[in-house]
Amino acid sequence: MSSYKETLFNPIFNKNPITLEVLGICSALAVTSKLETVVVMALAVTLVVAFSNLSVSLIRNQIPGSIRIIVQLTIIATLVIIVDQVLKAYAFSISKQLSVFVGLIITNCIVLGRAEAFAMKNPPLLSFVDGIGNGIGYSVVLLIVGFFRELLGSGKLFGATILKTVSEGGWYLPNGLFLLPPSAFFLIGLIIWALRSWKTAQVEKEG
Amino acid sequence: MSRDSTRKVLTVAFLVCLVCSILVSVAAIGLKGGQVKNQEEEKWRNILQIAGLYDPAKSVDEQFKKVSSRSVDLASGEFVTAVDADSPYVIPPEKDLAGIKVRPRNMEVYLVEEDGKLQQMILPVYGKGLWSTMYGFIALAPDLTTVSGFGFYQHGETPGLGGEIDNQSWLAKWPGKRVYNEQGEVKLKVLKGSVDAASVNAQYQIDGISGATLTARGVSNLLAYWLGENGYKPFLAGLRKDGGMQP
Repeated sequence: MSSYKETLFNPIFNKNPITLEVLGICSALAVTSKLETVVVMALAVTLVVAFSNLSVSLIRNQIPGSIRIIVQLTIIATLVIIVDQVLKAYAFSISKQLSVFVGLIITNCIVLGRAEAFAMKNPPLLSFVDGIGNGIGYSVVLLIVGFFRELLGSGKLFGATILKTVSEGGWYLPNGLFLLPPSAFFLIGLIIWALRSWKTAQVEKEG
Repeated sequence: MSRDSTRKVLTVAFLVCLVCSILVSVAAIGLKGGQVKNQEEEKWRNILQIAGLYDPAKSVDEQFKKVSSRSVDLASGEFVTAVDADSPYVIPPEKDLAGIKVRPRNMEVYLVEEDGKLQQMILPVYGKGLWSTMYGFIALAPDLTTVSGFGFYQHGETPGLGGEIDNQSWLAKWPGKRVYNEQGEVKLKVLKGSVDAASVNAQYQIDGISGATLTARGVSNLLAYWLGENGYKPFLAGLRKDGGMQP
């Protein structure tokens, strides 16, 4: 049985859900053009994966094998709807920008993946910690991608001007590619390359 | 009871659904107040923006005090107090330029007044674009024929092409254009290509958006419908006859 500390920190670099398992890419492309949306999305995913792990783990000995996936999905969907409702009530402008991507957390493979692979076999508290760890792992990659996309794409960070763009009378000519989703592919690719050069154990064996 | 027996499967499924549905209902009902308020504010903010009155530094509530909303019965062109007429109005297909099939009998319009004098009349308009129904507002100056602002607050047109109907520099071409000619016909429309400034019709025309021909046609059509006979025209004409600005 792995320790709490390992469970919490392993998913950040050693077993990062995005860079190692390449899960959750869809939302990583869609919401990372601005850091503000990144932070809200990262928080939402972390909460959902942590609480879905906790709930699934609490009833893991009761769930019949034949309907386990649908039970997990029902729990995840419930949590996502609650998060979506809270955002609509308290962070309306951000929830508008995130639009369908909050709802699509339901289909984020990280959440279902952790419920099925970890929470079904481990006690509640450890599963909760695993959810937090994976949420942080997801958040770290999103924050890095969001940082570069907002900085290079619009010369800003959290909406505050860092590089004054030409259109506002400054010197920086923004790179429009970084505002488009494909740029996140390049950035995530580079992050995976860097991480696997550092931790060579993550390199997949050929053949 | 074994974990995979039919009874167990049904019990677990039922209990999970029950607990989850209670949670979702509690969240939806508990948060409804805040959500409705946000949606209302969002609509108000759009109205203020399109009328060119929006100041992000001040609260929307505060700024919206300048604006009053009134219901108008489109058939008679009169202000009415009843918010909802019983049934929607089915638009005869040959008149349905906006492609919306039905509309409410009464529409909510927004008046910006200062010292009892009308400054702007803001009318909700909507209609089919290429893919989606586009919802927006058109603001008219006190002569009720000069555009003072225009924009959409919801649509699903192609980003980068039809979606450019949100482009601020394109929307900036609208204020100052005229809706009706001397005969009272709706002449305002979006061209394909750019407006010839020397033409007598230039005052009714807006530059097209490249790559957005069909969306732009939708915009022209919905304006022709809503500002025409079947839309706000009787109401606007009546107001103008009564001296325009004293509703």
